[in-house]
This record gives sequence, C-alpha cells and structure tokens, in this order.
Amino acid sequence: MKIKFWGVRGSIPSPGPNTARYGGNTTCIEIRTDDDELIILDAGTGIFALSQTLLRAMPVTANVFITHTHWDHIQGLPFFIPIFIPGNTLRLHGAFDPVSGRGIEHIMEVQLQYSYFPVREAEMKARIEYETLMPEQSVQVGSATITPTLLNHPVINFGYRIDCNGKSVFFTGDHEPHYNIYAPEDEAYTEYQALIEDKEKSIVAAMRGVDVLIADASYTSAEYPSRKGWGHGTFDSCLDMAKKAGARILYCTHHEPIRSDEALEREFAKVLEARLEEGGGPECRLAREGEEIEI
Amino acid sequence: MSGVNQISPELAKKLTQAVEKMPAFPKSVQKILELTRNLDCEPKHLVQVIEKDPVITVKILRVLNSAYYNLPSKITSVNHSVAFLGFNTIKNLALGIASVGILPKQNDAGFDIQQYLLHSLTTAGIAKLLAGKLGDADPMDCYIAGLLHDFGKVVFAQFMPGEFSQVLQESSSENIPLHEAESRIIGIDHSVVGAMLAEKWQFPKALADCIRNHHAPDDGAGGMWASVYTANQISKKMAFGDGGDHCIEVLPPAVRNCFGGDLDTIIASLGDLSNIVEEARLFSQAGADA
Repeated sequence: MKIKFWGVRGSIPSPGPNTARYGGNTTCIEIRTDDDELIILDAGTGIFALSQTLLRAMPVTANVFITHTHWDHIQGLPFFIPIFIPGNTLRLHGAFDPVSGRGIEHIMEVQLQYSYFPVREAEMKARIEYETLMPEQSVQVGSATITPTLLNHPVINFGYRIDCNGKSVFFTGDHEPHYNIYAPEDEAYTEYQALIEDKEKSIVAAMRGVDVLIADASYTSAEYPSRKGWGHGTFDSCLDMAKKAGARILYCTHHEPIRSDEALEREFAKVLEARLEEGGGPECRLAREGEEIEI
Repeated sequence: MSGVNQISPELAKKLTQAVEKMPAFPKSVQKILELTRNLDCEPKHLVQVIEKDPVITVKILRVLNSAYYNLPSKITSVNHSVAFLGFNTIKNLALGIASVGILPKQNDAGFDIQQYLLHSLTTAGIAKLLAGKLGDADPMDCYIAGLLHDFGKVVFAQFMPGEFSQVLQESSSENIPLHEAESRIIGIDHSVVGAMLAEKWQFPKALADCIRNHHAPDDGAGGMWASVYTANQISKKMAFGDGGDHCIEVLPPAVRNCFGGDLDTIIASLGDLSNIVEEARLFSQAGADA
C-alpha cells in the first residue's frame, strides 16, 4: 500500500514562504492499494494537484472518503479534474449529517450552487456516485476494506481505517479527544466519564495495530486550553492515542495555518524531547505535502 | 392487547409525521436560544435543558437511534447522545428543534401543557430517586422513561384536540381513568401511542415497554417499570402538576415489596421532594415569571 500526502494544512489554504516546506494545501491523502485501486481521503485543496496526475491514466475510478464536511476537507472537490471528463467515475463516501438530515450527496450540491461555481453537477461528464456510510460498517474497494469510526468534532466526523493485504492505515480526519463536560463535583460526572472512557476504548480498538496512524495534531498542549471544544487534537493527544493503539508510525497532520515550517518543527521537537524517556511509542513524523511512503 | 387499543397503520403514520413538526415547550426553547447565543455555551447547561423537555428529548433520541448510526445498543440518555455525536451536533439539533416554534400554552383540547410538563418532570425525578433505591434499574433510564411516559397525551392534545377534549371531560365527569376514556373515545390510549412512537423511533425495548405498560400492573416487569409506575402514582397523589388523570392506582404486591410498603410509606421514605418539585415548577412555567 502506498500513501501520499497532497494536503496537510488545517482550516484554510496557507501558501507562502513560511509554509513552503510542509505545504499550504488543505487535507487530501492518496492511498494506492497493491492492486493500484485509488482511494482518496478528503478533498481539501490538495486534491487539485493530485487530480492532474490522474489524467495520464484514464479512465479514472476515484473512491473518495470524506471525513467530514468542513470546507478544508471538501473545498477541492469541484476542481477534481476527472469529473469533467466522460468515462471517469467518482465515488463519494461519507457520513449522514443529522443536523441537515442529508447524506453525503449534500457536499456537491452545496458547493455547486451557481453563484459560487460556474459548472452545475448535471454538466459534469464523469459518473458521480454517492454512498452514505454508517459507523463500523465496512465497505470494500477492490482489495481494500474501509471501516468508518465516529470521532469527535463539531460536525459528524468519520475516522477511516483501510486494511489491505495485511497492511493498514487509519486517518482521523479532525478529532478532539472526548472530555468530561461535568466538573468532578457534579452528579453526572461519573456517568459521563464512563461514557467517554467507553468511547475512547472503541476508538483505540478501531485503530489497533495499524502500520500508519495519520492524526489531527493541530495544537500544542499549551495552546489547547483556549481552544477546547473546537474539535482538534494536540501533538501529545495523538502520541497518547498512537501508543495506546500500538500504531507503528504516527503522522501528525492538520498543521495550524499560521504555524511556519520552523515553528512546526520546533514545537514538534519539543514534544518529542519532553517525552523521550517514555520510550515504546510509535515512530513520529510530521505530515508533509508531497511525501509518499510505501508500507 | 386486543380489540380496542390496536393502532391503525394510518393513524400511526399520521401521528409519527405530526410529531416530527411538533414544537417544544416554551421554557426550553427560550433557554436554548439564550444559551446558544454564546459561543462558549457550557455543554452541561444545555444538556440540563434538553433533559427537561419531552419533545426535544424524543427528537434527539430519535436521531441517535436511527438506522444511520447503526448502534450496537440503543441510547436513552442525553449525556450519552453528547458523548456519541459530539456536543456541537446536539447543540445544533436542539437549535433546529427550538426554531420550529413553541408549543402553544392554550390548545384546542383544553389540555394544560404546563401542568402536564410539571407532572412529567416530577414523575421523572421521582422515578430516578426510586431507581436509586433499587439498584437493578439505571436511574437516568428511569428519569427518561418518567419524562416520556405520558408523551402520547401531548400528541393527542396537539393533533386530535377534539377527541382529546372529550376524553378529558368524560374522564372527569365519570371519574374514570384517562386511559379508559381514551380507549373508549379514540380507540387507543396514550400509553399505546407513546410506545408505538418509541418503537417507530427504535428506542430501546425496555423504554417502549415501560411507556406501554405504565397503566398495566405487571409483577414481572422489573425495576424500571416499577420505578416509573410508582413515581407516576406519587406525582398524582401529591398533585405535582396534572396529566389529566386523577385516578391513583393501588400498587400491586410486587411493587410494594420492591419499595417496602404502600404508597404512603414510600412517599414518607423519600423524604423532602421539594427540590424536584421546585425545579420542575420553574421549568414548566413559561413567561416572564419563569
């Protein structure tokens, strides 16, 4: 299985000299199975560059799995060039949104309103299919099995595990570890604590033993308290999660848009250094746009 | 059940669809709008509001237990809903429900929704207390069952006001239990309608059964049923609000054994209920004084 990062930035595209090394595009990850099936995790602005590489070998069948519907994870979709060319197929997968009461077909419809984009869905020449997924219900893409897990973000967010020929990768999308909404002295504290501990166990179980865990590490632990409830993790929370799950390699992603390459490396190094004595954890890396690994 | 109390598929469909558009209670709508104006709204404060409104509670549990989430075990608590879907999703669901409007204080059936809510909230609070004494029923499950046990009544009042008004009159003039008057006039009673909705929304079986049987003494039904059944009688006996039914049922022997005595003994053993009543009263009253 091959994994390539096409967008690693959180929230908003952030091009410029300060982010040139890690990249300014928002979330998009390409996965190629051993049989060369194409799985794309999220359709942030990184998908545009990816899509240009696909034109060399058409027809394209792209299996896109959307973690959640925030802009930085879907914004590149109308610029996914293969959708304009007959013979190609785009299969979009994602969660049901209980607030709008809509399935994943909603993400195209919202973005293709004529005032915001000049091409209507009916004018797109590729075949576009939608599949709204349920938590824990696996789907098959050729030789790969993809299993969604409900994580914690302001909108419904699926983490996806991809298993293929004994290799595996888990991508969290955006995820903040659950926290107790009650104070220890509140009556409901214990009940709520048990609920979130159960939830955490099921999340760790879903990513158990993966070769690669790609996780939302937007903040440092020092930044987190003022951003609690925003739906993102920290370098430390990702490391904890990766350790519990026994992941072999951890990629920290969803880099803060205002964090320069230097600052990113500095903060990351600080975390690793502070936890040096712990030992036994995964190999930790920063996700970088353009980086490709084979597992 | 046979004969009467068989709900026709047409009526089941009509009522289910009607409830989808049903507005929530005034105080919770006001509170939700107030709390969500603040971006840093404390999750626990919103949970406390949702848990006091039968309409919002059923609508949120309905989403959670729907086929979309494929839950291995059904969810009955609002806290669990928050832990599962995330606070912001629950907040936005609640906001969507609040934006439907408010349940009118005056309805054509002449059914007092403030008194209904006070009865439901006190039954819920007392059921939770009773469950705490038993140990074999989850107190929060009993709270929700108590909150929703009479949901069928507010559905009747809202969507079959003519018939329900007649039910209220006959029940009062002939001094018969409300559910008997409902069976006679509408053909089904509120416990059947409440249970039908709970099943339709895929709520846990124990919750639907508890709603269905809250007027049907069943010695083998377990702690959740016993807690809700008894709490309902206590709320009526103490006249905490008014669900339109003034007939206090005699506790079956198994329930007396469960709680160690008859209704008066149980009431005495519960001690001071003024906290439950006061909190419920504040919440059930709409308007400036609330």
